[in-house]
Amino acid sequence: MTASTLFEKLWRAHEVVPETADRPAVLYIDLHLVHEVTSPQAFAVLRSRGLPVRRRDRTVGTMDHSTPTRADELYGRVPIRLESAARQVRELEKNAAEFGVELLGIEHPDRGIVHIIGPELGLTQPGKTIVCGDSHTSTHGAFGALAFGIGTTEVGHVLATQCLLQRKPRTLAVNVTGRLAPGVTAKDLVLAIIQRLGVGGGTGHVLEYRGATIEALSMDERMTVCNMSIEAGARAGLVAPDETTFAYLQGRPRAPQGAAWDAALAAWRGLRSDPGARFDRELAIDASNLQPMITYGTNPGMSVGLDEAIPAKGGDAIHAKALEYMGLAAGQRMRGQKIEVVFIGSCTNGRLSDLRAAAGVLRGRRTAPGVKLLVVPGSQRIKREAEREGLDRVFVEAGAEWRESGCSMCLGMNGDLVERGAYCVSTSNRNFEGRQGVGARTLLASPVTAAASAIEGRVADPRAFLS
Amino acid sequence: MDPIRTIRSRTVVMPRPNIDTDQIMPARFLTTTTREGLGQHLFADWRYDASGQPVADFVLNRPEAAGCRILVAGRNIGCGSSREHAPWGLYDYGFRAVISTEIADIFRNNSLKNGLLPVIVDEATHGWLIEHPGAEVTVDLERSALGLPDGREVSFPIEAFARYCLLNGVDELGYLESQSAAIRAYEAEAGK
Ligand code: SF4
Repeated sequence: MTASTLFEKLWRAHEVVPETADRPAVLYIDLHLVHEVTSPQAFAVLRSRGLPVRRRDRTVGTMDHSTPTRADELYGRVPIRLESAARQVRELEKNAAEFGVELLGIEHPDRGIVHIIGPELGLTQPGKTIVCGDSHTSTHGAFGALAFGIGTTEVGHVLATQCLLQRKPRTLAVNVTGRLAPGVTAKDLVLAIIQRLGVGGGTGHVLEYRGATIEALSMDERMTVCNMSIEAGARAGLVAPDETTFAYLQGRPRAPQGAAWDAALAAWRGLRSDPGARFDRELAIDASNLQPMITYGTNPGMSVGLDEAIPAKGGDAIHAKALEYMGLAAGQRMRGQKIEVVFIGSCTNGRLSDLRAAAGVLRGRRTAPGVKLLVVPGSQRIKREAEREGLDRVFVEAGAEWRESGCSMCLGMNGDLVERGAYCVSTSNRNFEGRQGVGARTLLASPVTAAASAIEGRVADPRAFLS
Repeated sequence: MDPIRTIRSRTVVMPRPNIDTDQIMPARFLTTTTREGLGQHLFADWRYDASGQPVADFVLNRPEAAGCRILVAGRNIGCGSSREHAPWGLYDYGFRAVISTEIADIFRNNSLKNGLLPVIVDEATHGWLIEHPGAEVTVDLERSALGLPDGREVSFPIEAFARYCLLNGVDELGYLESQSAAIRAYEAEAGK
């Protein structure tokens, strides 16, 4: 047999009907994650056609995008401030009950951002196809699962048939070598990769991250990298499962147990690209000379190292427009740029290790006067674990607000917003115009860069805070 | 869905690349539980100023944009969030086709499922369209060709099955349901 890539193995194993010139493949979906924002119209289609959810055992719902992060609103002591958010929450509760879908709902102890709870519950496993009506479903690819975001019409397709009509994407190997320097994180690595590829550079492709640098990353770090694959336009990101993956999953509540675990492990070990397998494209990155990265523009590809100046691109009207929106100038260094808000959280960097890293910088220090620091754990489990470790006290003593889990200020749907014109160092994944609020200026960076910046009130170098 | 064959209209031109779905439909309008009515919020933060007044020089607010059903956009339109609210909004506003050199994957998929034709053209054609806003063009789905005012025709790629569904008003969910025997057989064989 010819050598296959990991992607090809995953694809073949899920072809119900292979593609032809005039028919896309019918692809089987093992796990469908559902949230409140992109599901109402899909359930409405099922209702209007009198269809049930075909595989309720492969469907799990949660609430994250529009949910409040204040405990009193979340637990019903006061009403949810945003009427529109309250309506979506009620709608998903109603749909889940009517269609018999498991819902990790508003007060459930396992609730959290959909891409955080899948892995932490062990629902996300190597070899699965996983979809969700959310582009950052690429996160789950860190486990060697083929995971991608879909639109609401397709959410309806999966609910009704457990399948999707798909054309086979192309493959792109991202080969990363070289050790990351202290203070340089997986977030900085993926920002550098997107800078090289460009925000449309991965369109039509599935990325497979490989090489010694990727193998040395923890699962949390691999998830950060795969999470942002979509920011290069890619459908999905992949990392081949290995001992790190298996150790992470073992004992998780929804992971296979006992004999089923042994059988799963045997199958998972075959999930890697064969030697000599051919990719449609390849990209090589040397991680050893990377520095902490930060964005200066209005898409995630517009980033610089903290020591670098914003590039001048004479005659590039788009570049000029982005800088005008951001209130920044070519030639300026991002380090030292005054900021008003810092957000630590999201499906990119809202996991326990991210909170530990940020707390490591903030411990015994205070945020600069006038800086608002919002720390939002990615799930209720992470929140409880962080509190057990005392991280919440570190944040609060530093002057931060410590909240309940959710997407929060990543997209501001729940009312956690950045004011017009204000600069926010954010550990999330998108710096689009208005993403964090109308006129808000988002600077994407790692949790340690965010924490260091909160202390100085300016974009700061985390390496100065490493003990 | 109604069958689509040809769309003939003047164009609206938005040359900037990487127009993401957060711009097409900002997050605060995603709270709807239906597909209709989103046209009023299309490009809200570019269309209206802080006090809610129309921004005079934004292209959709100019009188010549009225009634245009074809949007010519810069490279990589539709990147970012998977929100189907973006094509819903474009369609509800009146657009029936989007032309660019590159269209982001999920947005392109979502558009095809909602009767909004994603038309990918070469750099030269794109350049001409950008320089001639308001040009009267024809998107001919049957022949997968874009007709320009000087009579030239440029073919564009479109996934064969999506094209078939659009031309015949076939709905993809119905097709998937017709595959249920194959789906059951797959589940049995794969132990799922
Ligand atoms: S945290 Fe942000 S990027 Fe992640 S799912 Fe929520 S809104 Fe999307």
